[in-house]
Amino acid sequence: MGGMAAPQVAPVETPDTDEVPVADRQWVTIVWDDPVNLMTYVTWVFQKLFGYSREKAEKLMLDVHHKGRAVVSSGARERMEHDASQLHAYGLWATVDRS
Amino acid sequence: MSMFRRQDDRYVATFAVDEARVLRKVASEVVGLLTDGFDPADPVVGRLFPDAYPDDPAGAAEFRRYTEGDLKTAKIDQAGAVLAALPDSAGGEVRLDAEAAEAWLRALNDARLAMGVRLEIKDGTDLGEELDDAVAEDPTSSRVFQLSVYAYLGYLQESLLNALID
Repeated sequence: MGGMAAPQVAPVETPDTDEVPVADRQWVTIVWDDPVNLMTYVTWVFQKLFGYSREKAEKLMLDVHHKGRAVVSSGARERMEHDASQLHAYGLWATVDRS
Repeated sequence: MSMFRRQDDRYVATFAVDEARVLRKVASEVVGLLTDGFDPADPVVGRLFPDAYPDDPAGAAEFRRYTEGDLKTAKIDQAGAVLAALPDSAGGEVRLDAEAAEAWLRALNDARLAMGVRLEIKDGTDLGEELDDAVAEDPTSSRVFQLSVYAYLGYLQESLLNALID
C-alpha cells in the first residue's frame, strides 16, 4: 500500500534460532503437483482435512497446479508430520520441511 | 457409463456387469499391491507412500516407520469398502452412506494413482490422444484396456465427488 510515509517502528530483535527449542520451530507441509489427482478432489481434500473455505482451498489447489507446489499448513514438526500422513491417506503427494 | 448421484443421504450408482467386474479387479489389485505383493522398490508403492523428507533419508525412514503401517491399513480398508459394496456377480445398484462414499473416493484415487504410474501419465497427457494412439497401434492391446479403465475411474470419481459436494 503506497502513498503514506512508513511509520517509525523500532526494529524488533529477531530471536536467535539456536535458542528456540526444536519443537517450536516452524515447519511446513507442502503439497506437490501430480498429473493424476483431479483438481476438484484436491480442493475437496484441503477443505475436508484443514477446514479451509472453498475459496482458500481452491487457491491452494491452483497454486499446486500452476506453481508445482504449495504450503498447505505450518506449525510444529509433529503436527506437520500428522498432516502429511493424512494427505498421503488421501493420495496427495505431501512432504514436510522447515519453513 | 454409470455415474453416482445423490438420493437423500445416500450416493447411488447402478453398475453393468462389466463395470462391476472392472471395479472388483482394480480394487483387488490395489489390495494385492499392499499385502502379498508389497514391494517398496515398486514406483507405485513410492507414489502411494511418498517420502515425507525427500532430502533427508534418515528422516524419511523414521516417518515411514511411524506412519506406513496405519497408512497401509487405511488403504487396504478403503479398497475393501469398494469390494464390500459391489454387487456379487451380476451388475446392480451400489448405495453408499457418506462414510463409505469417502472411502470409495480415496480408493478410486489410489487405483488411479497406481494406474497413472504404470501408464506413465504425465502433466499435460491428453487421455483421448493416448487412447487414439494406442488403438491405432493395436486395438486389442492391454494399454487400450488400461487407458479406458483409467479414464472410467476418473469419471466415476468425479461423479461421486460432485454428488458429495452438491
